[in-house]
Amino acid sequence: MSVLVYTESEEGKIKKIALEAVSYAKGIADQMGTSVTAVTINTNDASELGKYGASKVLQVSNDKLNKFNGEAYADVIGQAAKNEGAQVIVLTSSANSKFLAPTLAVNLDAGYVANVTALPESTSPLKVKHSVFTNKAFATTEIKTDIKIIGLGKNSYGLKEDETSASTEAFSPNLDAHDFDMEIVSVDKATDKVTIADAEIVVSGGRGLKGPENWGMVEELAQTLGAATACSKPVSDMGWRPHSEHVGQTGKPVASNLYIAIGISGAIQHLAGINASKVKVVINNDPEAPFFKAADYGIVGDAFEIVPKLTEKLKEFKAQNA
Amino acid sequence: MKILVCISHVPDTTSKINFTDGDTKFDTNGVQFVINPNDEFGLTRAMWFKEKQGATVHVVNVGGAETEPTLRKALAIGADEAIRVNTAATDGFSVAKQLANVAKEGGYDLVIGGRESIDYNGGMVPGMVAKLIGANFVNTCISLEVEGDKATAIREIDGGKETLKTSLPLVIGGQKGLVEESDLRIPNMRGIMQARTKPLNVKEPVDANAETNTVSFEKPAPKGAVKLVDNVDELVNLLHNEAKVI
Repeated sequence: MSVLVYTESEEGKIKKIALEAVSYAKGIADQMGTSVTAVTINTNDASELGKYGASKVLQVSNDKLNKFNGEAYADVIGQAAKNEGAQVIVLTSSANSKFLAPTLAVNLDAGYVANVTALPESTSPLKVKHSVFTNKAFATTEIKTDIKIIGLGKNSYGLKEDETSASTEAFSPNLDAHDFDMEIVSVDKATDKVTIADAEIVVSGGRGLKGPENWGMVEELAQTLGAATACSKPVSDMGWRPHSEHVGQTGKPVASNLYIAIGISGAIQHLAGINASKVKVVINNDPEAPFFKAADYGIVGDAFEIVPKLTEKLKEFKAQNA
Repeated sequence: MKILVCISHVPDTTSKINFTDGDTKFDTNGVQFVINPNDEFGLTRAMWFKEKQGATVHVVNVGGAETEPTLRKALAIGADEAIRVNTAATDGFSVAKQLANVAKEGGYDLVIGGRESIDYNGGMVPGMVAKLIGANFVNTCISLEVEGDKATAIREIDGGKETLKTSLPLVIGGQKGLVEESDLRIPNMRGIMQARTKPLNVKEPVDANAETNTVSFEKPAPKGAVKLVDNVDELVNLLHNEAKVI
């Protein structure tokens, strides 16, 4: 009996969302009076996992698993779960975790709830709160199966240190040929940019910026803050920015610590998509823009004047606080 | 090629979300229902396969009779046939089981679903269907080409994209990118007239237990008023000292 957490890594390094998932798993394990086992795939250094509460780490090393593969990864996690007699499996909300979760759920006859925002209100029966209607509401759902899969929403629990001495074991799952029916031809990923999925801060621009040629100041602000850039739906529909930057109900959800909206009026679909962000700042010349009702801080004024000033001020601030 | 497009019947994106019966049910009062946007991108891509490659396109929904106007809309857009599995959609797994049964019986080569429905955001149905019928699966699919029984798909990953080669039968969780927003079709009068006479078959459900059960809903706590500032010095100060985010 234990709580199993799949700790994702990228280029061998454990991702921050995975550490959040370990913290969360430890929270559930404490509620249930059990311990946390983490499973990692091709990770160089898993020592950090103990710091957030894992007492055992199953390390899988297999060159066939260098690239993500939903079927094979689900198999690895499923076998680890059986090995450990896990009753609860914690995953993140990354693209890869969301890809493999339904496969894992069918493999284990496990009920799965995604976008979970808090520790279970009870563990027997297990009831968890999760966001629905794209963050316009929350639901509390009971998972009725023996094994339960929880997909933790990003930035909804936070990192909680809980120093535990973790033992590490090599784990060799059985993989069959069918696991590799899909061939990855190429991966196209900007390595020098912060992604919306991983970003602590997101700077987003809307139609108020008048044209793609004016994005330089958005990018400079983002760079100063170490932030990801994003945009509203009309901006991506008009082709000013790539679809991958579109945040909102039909685009990407944003659950960052800070979201800065520049020249975005705040359509209900956009607000839903960014609602899980902790602090929202809006810069808009229209004081009637609906975004002001959803924001924590606002400046009414011309973005073309304010944004460069803000970037300058932040550079000064960073220099002083470096 | 036989294509099955799974259509979720969801509240329009502008809907106000409220609950009734002691916060245990979604309040459908005054809510307009539409084809789930992620499914509509997939349906539109299916129309392309129909027109360019002679594919047959069926649409399916799991739900009561109230979802039929949504299926008729899909027929008006150009699907050849609709199937409604006559049972309430309770949880992701039970819906996936119904869809898997339809997919298996119909012998479809390609099953197109959406990355997630915009109501419950579970994002699990297409992946479960794939596993249940033993098909390949690509999630967050933003491009799909099919040549014979081979498929090339691009999926969105965190911070980029990945190109995959796979084979039919295939299930995808689709989203914007499969087609552009401007490619979406508003049914014309001819389409609407034709849709009235196209088959909409009601199928009785197979046994499928729900694995999860939503017991209550709540709305987020009301937000405090925005703090308006008139200069960037003040903003940086507040973000650092009050919000503690920089």
